[in-house]
Amino acid sequence: MLLNGVRNVAIATARGSGEREMGHTMTVSLRESVQLVSDPRNLDASVEEVFHLMLGVDCRREPAPAVIEPESVTAVVGFGGLLSGACVFKSGSSAAMKIAAHMTGMEFDEVDDTVKDGIGEICNMLAGSWKSKVPNLAANCGLSIPAVITGRDYNLHVQAPEFRLNHTYRFEDASFEVTIICDSLQ
Amino acid sequence: MSEIRTLIVDDSSVMRKIVERSLRQAGLDSLLVHEAGSGTEGLELLKAKQVDLILSDINMPSMDGLEFLRQLRAQNLAPGVPVVMITTESSEEHVKQAILAGAQGYIRKPFTAEQVKERVLPLIHAA
Repeated sequence: MLLNGVRNVAIATARGSGEREMGHTMTVSLRESVQLVSDPRNLDASVEEVFHLMLGVDCRREPAPAVIEPESVTAVVGFGGLLSGACVFKSGSSAAMKIAAHMTGMEFDEVDDTVKDGIGEICNMLAGSWKSKVPNLAANCGLSIPAVITGRDYNLHVQAPEFRLNHTYRFEDASFEVTIICDSLQ
Repeated sequence: MSEIRTLIVDDSSVMRKIVERSLRQAGLDSLLVHEAGSGTEGLELLKAKQVDLILSDINMPSMDGLEFLRQLRAQNLAPGVPVVMITTESSEEHVKQAILAGAQGYIRKPFTAEQVKERVLPLIHAA
């Protein structure tokens, strides 16, 4: 439900910008470039870049899945256009508060609107950075406005994606997951 | 340098704070910052306030940054004031759209204070 919503916004964004200016002048396809689009190094580079530049911390990929507290924060930014899917950020509440603290210089003892806002922006920058690393995707794939979900004991389920990258990262003592879900490529 | 009256338009309050902090780190200590959470709010604010610099996000709900920029020019608000777009969208086409809409500068998120300095200071000095 939520993923469909953010994807629709992203598709509308792509139609409103990219396709209007570019769609009639050339035909671009990513169908033959699945391996390039799904290269896991692009996601690692995007996470390292965003956390280094915006938080001033070094972030490393972890081999083991993140241990997410029961109370968690998930941000979703939809892709629409040549690639349809979503970028999903998920962390426990304490990691989310730590990230927001690094972004703002403030301290947090609960996941308030500022923390949710900060996590939404992190997801937005991760989505933008990731798509910018794939030729043709940057200009032909729109992003939705971030949606942020908080709560406990929920799962994100996507039916049969084209591909899915799910990586765990750590900075200091905080870990989080970033997932790229590609439903379809044109 | 005298006080730089700056309008920051972004639907994220966190990003507005980060942009302000980056401007100060870039050497613009004497800032008077006005914040707007949307393009519509930014236009309303400009009807009442004079500014020397505008920084705007592009991807915002209701009125996006490009429409904000077009409306700004169409309504002749803040004439001659440099506008810098700050956004995750970084393709040549997006930059071209921003320039065509009337932006003088473009900063891609994520960014450093040094990048803000490089893109913003020359515009302030030129104005």
